[in-house]
Amino acid sequence: MIRAGLLLVLALAPGCGRADQTPSEKTLEKDDIRSGYTFLTADTQALQDDDFANPGLLWVDRGQALFQSTAESEASCASCHANGLQGVAARYPALDTASGALLNLEGRINSCRTEHQGLPSLAYESDQLLALTAYVAEQSAGMPADVQTSGAANAAYQQGRDYFLTRRGQFNLSCQQCHTENWGKQLRGDTLSQGHGNGFPAYRLEWQSLGSLQRRLRDCDTGVRAEPLPYGSETYIALELYLAGRSQGLDLESPAVRR
Amino acid sequence: MASIRLAVPETANQGDVIEIKALIQHEMESGFRRGSRGEAIPRDIITTFECTYNGKQIFSAEFYPAIAANPILTFHTIATENGTLVFTWRDQNGQIWSDEAAIEVT
Repeated sequence: MIRAGLLLVLALAPGCGRADQTPSEKTLEKDDIRSGYTFLTADTQALQDDDFANPGLLWVDRGQALFQSTAESEASCASCHANGLQGVAARYPALDTASGALLNLEGRINSCRTEHQGLPSLAYESDQLLALTAYVAEQSAGMPADVQTSGAANAAYQQGRDYFLTRRGQFNLSCQQCHTENWGKQLRGDTLSQGHGNGFPAYRLEWQSLGSLQRRLRDCDTGVRAEPLPYGSETYIALELYLAGRSQGLDLESPAVRR
Repeated sequence: MASIRLAVPETANQGDVIEIKALIQHEMESGFRRGSRGEAIPRDIITTFECTYNGKQIFSAEFYPAIAANPILTFHTIATENGTLVFTWRDQNGQIWSDEAAIEVT
């Protein structure tokens, strides 16, 4: 409700009429790519930087235990990935060589479970899947995003790009209008960020919990009064790839703390 | 299952004031919120916390609905002797979570 009024103001600004053709992509300046961290207050930054009190670490701890656990299946994650998975999260979403499908980190974990461990998939936003994702992502914290967007992955990248550029919802806004064209400006009490996913899964103060990037995307879609896509949808995974490509070179921060 | 994180120094000099931190994963659902269909979300909170040092209580706290999710407590005590600190959280339904940490005092 609170956001409604302001988004309306944005929508009425000049040059925001309904576009009849595919909108053109505007890009961020290469040396002006800023993590969501830089838009936080000093207190929230301190919470993220605290290697004890960052609440996201509760899920990382749990994920580490699950990664070693043989309670569900004789083969634990660690029995294959004995040396951990450092740097892996920076390369996701990525194409699965066997099936050719684009997988995000959550999808990769679930495909490991079903194909190698004989276990059922975990539901999105379940405590277990968040914990495992956070544990894997945390091992790449501080490493730059480095996803493959060309070659076989290009079709998915373009699909994600289309989603990012297309106006949607009752407010008729595209992701790009806020996060590329107007970042740094105020949306009431909030400063618009550049919309990078480098901190996810992240602990959002609004959620009082850790959540996946897709949960964040669903919030954005709801914010412009569009119907959010279901968890794990192919389009959202493609959008995750576009976002990662757009933030290429930006260091991963998961588990980050966000508003 | 709740995830717990404790920060207790492994060693301390006798008489030192030491800082202790305890963090637990809990929703601390206030009971004042409603779900997307308008239904009331029932209250589900931790109500008490206690820390003992070799069996003797050194800190306790009562929690209320206004405390945020995943509560963290920071407090201090004096390192008196070798031993174990036990941290116990109890929720409104009597469920208990507990963890402990050892300290060596020289």
